Amino acid sequence: MRYVKLPVAVIVAVLLASGSYFVVPVPAATVGPVTDPIGVVKVNKGQPITIAYWLVIAGPDASLGIDSRRGIEIAIDDKKKVAGFSVKLIGEDSGCNAEGGVTAATKLAANKAIVAAIGSSCSSEARPGAPILWKAGIVTVSPSNTAPVLTAADRGPDYGGYLRTAHNDSVQGKVAAEFAFKVLKVKKAATIHDGSPYAEGLANVFGDVFTRLAGAGAITAREAISPTDTDMRPVLTKIAATKPDLLYFPIFTAAGGFVVRQAKEVAGLANVKLMSADGTFSPDFRKAAGDAVVGVYNSSPDLTKLGPGYAKFLEKHQKKYGEKPLSAFHPHAYDAALVIFAAIEKVGKKDAQGNLYIGRQALRDALFATKNFKGLTGTLTCNQFGDCADPKIAVYVTVSADPAKWNPGTDPKQIYP
Amino acid sequence: MKTGRPTWTKTLVGGLIWGGGAVFVSLVGMVEAFSARQIILGVISLGHLLLLLIGVGSGFQAARRGSEGTRAALGRGLLAGAAAGAVPAAFIVLGIAVNLRGMFVSASPVLFDFLSFGRGSGGVPIVIATSAAAGLAGAAATLLPPGVRAPLVNGVAMTLVVGLFQELLQILLQQGTVQTAMREFIFTPDGLPPRGAAIVFLLTAGVTALWRARRAAVGGWVLRRSAPQQRLLRLMALALALGAVLLLPVVGGLFISQVLVLVGLYALMGLGLNLEVGFAGLLDLGFVAFFAIGAYTVGLLTSTGEHGLVHWSFWAAVPVALVVSLISGVLFGLPILRIRGDYLAIATLGFGEIIRLLALSDALRPWFGGSQGVLFIPKPTIGSFEFSGPMQIYYLTLISGALIAFVAARLRDSRLGRAWMALREDEDVAEAMGINLVNVKLLAYGIGGAFAGMGGAIFAVLLGSIFPHSFNLLISINVLALIIVGGMGSLPGVVVGSLFLIGLPELLREFSDFRFLLYGAALIIMMQLRPEGLWPSAAVRRELRKEEAPAAITAEPVAAERGAEA
Amino acid sequence: MQRGPLRRLSFVDLYLWGVRISVLAVVLWGSFGTFQADCPSALTLCDFKSKYAADVWLDFIVFGLSQGSVYALIALGYTMVYGILRMINFAHGEIFMSGAYTAYYVAAALGRSGFLNRNPLVSLAVVLVVGMAISTAIALILERVAYRPLRRAPRLVPLISAIGASFFLQYTFRGFFGSGFQAYPEWQIFKGEWAIGGVGILRTQAVVITASVLLMMALYIFVMRTKTGTAMRAVSEDLEVAALMGINVDRVIVVTFGIGAAAAGAAGVLYALVFKQVHFFMGFNPGIKAFTAAVLGGIGNIPGAMVGGLFLGLFESVGPILFLEGLRVPGIYPTGIPAPYQLKDVIAFTMLVMVLIFRPSGILGERLATKKA
Repeated sequence: MRYVKLPVAVIVAVLLASGSYFVVPVPAATVGPVTDPIGVVKVNKGQPITIAYWLVIAGPDASLGIDSRRGIEIAIDDKKKVAGFSVKLIGEDSGCNAEGGVTAATKLAANKAIVAAIGSSCSSEARPGAPILWKAGIVTVSPSNTAPVLTAADRGPDYGGYLRTAHNDSVQGKVAAEFAFKVLKVKKAATIHDGSPYAEGLANVFGDVFTRLAGAGAITAREAISPTDTDMRPVLTKIAATKPDLLYFPIFTAAGGFVVRQAKEVAGLANVKLMSADGTFSPDFRKAAGDAVVGVYNSSPDLTKLGPGYAKFLEKHQKKYGEKPLSAFHPHAYDAALVIFAAIEKVGKKDAQGNLYIGRQALRDALFATKNFKGLTGTLTCNQFGDCADPKIAVYVTVSADPAKWNPGTDPKQIYP
Repeated sequence: MKTGRPTWTKTLVGGLIWGGGAVFVSLVGMVEAFSARQIILGVISLGHLLLLLIGVGSGFQAARRGSEGTRAALGRGLLAGAAAGAVPAAFIVLGIAVNLRGMFVSASPVLFDFLSFGRGSGGVPIVIATSAAAGLAGAAATLLPPGVRAPLVNGVAMTLVVGLFQELLQILLQQGTVQTAMREFIFTPDGLPPRGAAIVFLLTAGVTALWRARRAAVGGWVLRRSAPQQRLLRLMALALALGAVLLLPVVGGLFISQVLVLVGLYALMGLGLNLEVGFAGLLDLGFVAFFAIGAYTVGLLTSTGEHGLVHWSFWAAVPVALVVSLISGVLFGLPILRIRGDYLAIATLGFGEIIRLLALSDALRPWFGGSQGVLFIPKPTIGSFEFSGPMQIYYLTLISGALIAFVAARLRDSRLGRAWMALREDEDVAEAMGINLVNVKLLAYGIGGAFAGMGGAIFAVLLGSIFPHSFNLLISINVLALIIVGGMGSLPGVVVGSLFLIGLPELLREFSDFRFLLYGAALIIMMQLRPEGLWPSAAVRRELRKEEAPAAITAEPVAAERGAEA
Repeated sequence: MQRGPLRRLSFVDLYLWGVRISVLAVVLWGSFGTFQADCPSALTLCDFKSKYAADVWLDFIVFGLSQGSVYALIALGYTMVYGILRMINFAHGEIFMSGAYTAYYVAAALGRSGFLNRNPLVSLAVVLVVGMAISTAIALILERVAYRPLRRAPRLVPLISAIGASFFLQYTFRGFFGSGFQAYPEWQIFKGEWAIGGVGILRTQAVVITASVLLMMALYIFVMRTKTGTAMRAVSEDLEVAALMGINVDRVIVVTFGIGAAAAGAAGVLYALVFKQVHFFMGFNPGIKAFTAAVLGGIGNIPGAMVGGLFLGLFESVGPILFLEGLRVPGIYPTGIPAPYQLKDVIAFTMLVMVLIFRPSGILGERLATKKA
């Protein structure tokens, strides 16, 4: 304790003596040539523009956030200079839960030099986190939040600074239900979710759309498990007793693997089709599910329709990181970065010395006014609630059980649309 | 040379164990993750610092083994350091020859590059030599007179702290002419350069040396004042401390306030669990349930979303939350009154998990929101002032914390508190002494639960939404760990534990992968070295150290004794 | 002074009776409702009919028993250690995980080279031995570092040390092997089913059930008939008197830990055989379930662990559809509780708490020693 007291006391004393007392930044500022109701960021000549990310880069879901961050880094490499300034990327890990999102957002919000943010990875982080960033005047564009509520009409003014380039889950569930009804021609389906907001939301959307298409009672069972469950056989037996034609389980790889493996062991589910979503769209799913994974359907963002720009992106990715992308949202992150750069170039003003001034409200308005922006994921147009994505959801079927043969488009093979 | 050979063997073995620790730390991924953070730009990163500290530690431990002269101690330090370096050296050779990556994800070429200073197998002699030198330094540190050692250690510690938290400090010093000048004097935009490190080191060492020289004189001067003047001085010190605490969020900014609020909330919970574990000796691993109950009560009563029952204000909901938590504490406590010891821990763990699963379940979704949680919880307002962010909620937390600490202190010194301590010592004897076990235990659970409920209420408005995933077993373990580390049964210990176990990891978020690894190690080590905690209460310290002989009473002057406290 | 304490006591007793009655009511009413399928309202009495056919109920029971034998396997080690040392080894789940996870790398290597399917039984033996060895090594290190120095400390201290050890091991393995999961290769001879008496049992399940029975018998004979086993029972009765009798207490404790850990390691490999996935957090839940099973059957009682495990597995599998799905509450749950399997763990934990409150000695009572916790 002895050796701790002195450094701590000294730091506190120094901070107190030098702290910026009661310096409340005057919001409706006129700094340089820019007047803005929320605030203005000044970037001195020769200094970089600071963009921040808040993604999940540590922990079991780290591949999602790291994949998005790589998309941003490649975008920065490609763009090289925004309004003549280089770009510096800083960021925080957001942990894929509410507290992590709050802490990451708060840490970023404290840094007045940040012009805009990209994130979050998981919808549970964005719910409390996006308002914190917007209160500090920082807009954020998410590359992988899919929860419908974040861009719903009644989301409230706290989310005024939130946009996303990822698809809305209400679209993904709809595509899955339409595929099941129209292509696979199933009349009855059952759903399983794992208690996470993402899975529950998707399962509900699927259920609602499928019921609309196939009639009341088309969903024979709506079950739920815990993500740490290993024995799915009783639940599967229960579902089998209701005789569905399709089982929709939009959960994650570990639990999804158990479901697939054990569905083969339950009498009554032998001929039932299995369908999951982008939570299991990775080679790890084949590792978890073994041979039984052949024939399982997945809905996921369509990465095959992305055009020649995407092939070039993949080349750059391979060269820079030495491996294929880890997840499915890197092109969305790339587009998020480009959209922000375009908006900065539109509203940034320089003064005589060459310093750059960016008004925060103006930046936000410019982002929301994005129209027909040609990005990697398609043509992006942002609506008034922040949905910018050009949602292309495809359905894939697994051809082989070998994780080494993972190649989205051919294996798993895209079969719809 | 009576103790010649055994000591040298023990030193060697000790050094090898430290070396094993270095390999362990590399395999677990700490070295690689730490190496991303530069302490002093271009000079040393946290990863290398860790390895260096292992060398120093081995030397330090070795030097204290025997009691012969300086040379033997230094020799031992050298040997221990060399041994501690030999193990990673062997590991490097092994790792370059054999591909360990198939099994150990951290055994990448980058790691071996880092360990061997970029030289591969050729780096082996350098590794051993550096480690031996570090061991020597560690041994030498034990031999320095305190007058030299204190400034040196303080200086090094301060430099490391500033280097580690440079990003945060730079953000704090972003605005204002004085602050900017300071910032540009010490730091560069990328970190702490060697020049800045030297400045910090010299300043701290100088201040420490100065303080040591003047300490006795100052102490003496204080004592020579008259009693009312002494009281005035004490009041001034207290007022200064209070002022510092009140001004922390303004000075620290948004992020520091957030961290402090979290520290405060965990301290609130710690005070509650302290009642159960520290005072009454009832191990409760399901403590997070009360936190959840407080949060959900406030959430359901104030939310403007679909799950809000009525739209009360925060101030009306908080007393309800406290009462509900109290009653739940009593209801949980009643069935488990007769369970003791380990069984109690597991039973309470079961309770905590039941609550979490019920809150998460689809079955109770219409009332509790299921996995989507309760949203749109408004911030508290007083008139037109809104507690909109962590900086304002900090004051809310501070006031509740102060109130609850006051209540806890009064309880500790009351009959109830003494009944709890009797309970902790021996239940049967306490009952024989006439203590009503039922009431006393129920009060412990109830009041402890109420404290946690208060924390939950503030948590709900801090986040503005509640998700059942936030209320898992890890939080109970966190709270338990912070009481243990801080000091069971001790109120300032709870704050210390909270600062170390909650505040520090929040400031070091990029190393969150290793947080629980370090927690586990800390718990094991603390139970053996210092089971009474970092700031123990006098009673617990006496209890756990009763094997030691009582300190001899000497005729040392009072001033020196007081000075020794600092 | 007769009436005073009696009155206060009876309030607690009343409450406890209330708890018993409400749990019983839930079980009975729910079961009743399950057999009233096709009944329009909860308040009318209809014919007895269930949504599920008899063979489906049999399936549930078989799945429950096989999952139960997995719990029993893990509980055997747990109960033995607790019976001797009176200490809940919180890290038992992690010892279980360490054997399973480390043995994965051996199994994967064997699988890649093809040896696995050419000599399946030999490979299984090799993997088992590796798993058991690693588990034992880790348990012995743990005992030496975290438990032995604290043997004379107050009750709370070794418990907290055990919790710390549990976290330390979990995150060590996370750091070593990564935070994702690994999947065991397939043993071709264990694929598919065996038909026993008209009921199809998965081959992996059959292996697990057999193994748990064999292990139980081996442990029982060891503890009851050998010299070391007798020494272990003596230490569990009274540590100091056993030392006076000339028993090397330290050695006995080390042997106990070692055997308990070996059992856990074997359980880990077999668990991985059934479920295929291993990851660093896999020991936590099974650890708690194993403790529940051990307490249910009677802690310190080796056949009790088997009984407790089977009971627990059965309740977890059959319970949700037996009494949760049919739990009709007029106005709130007209047809019963939705998604009952999400509450499966609630059933397990409620059982644990009920056993701890009402019958801490378990079903078969404590046999290894008579002193209660």
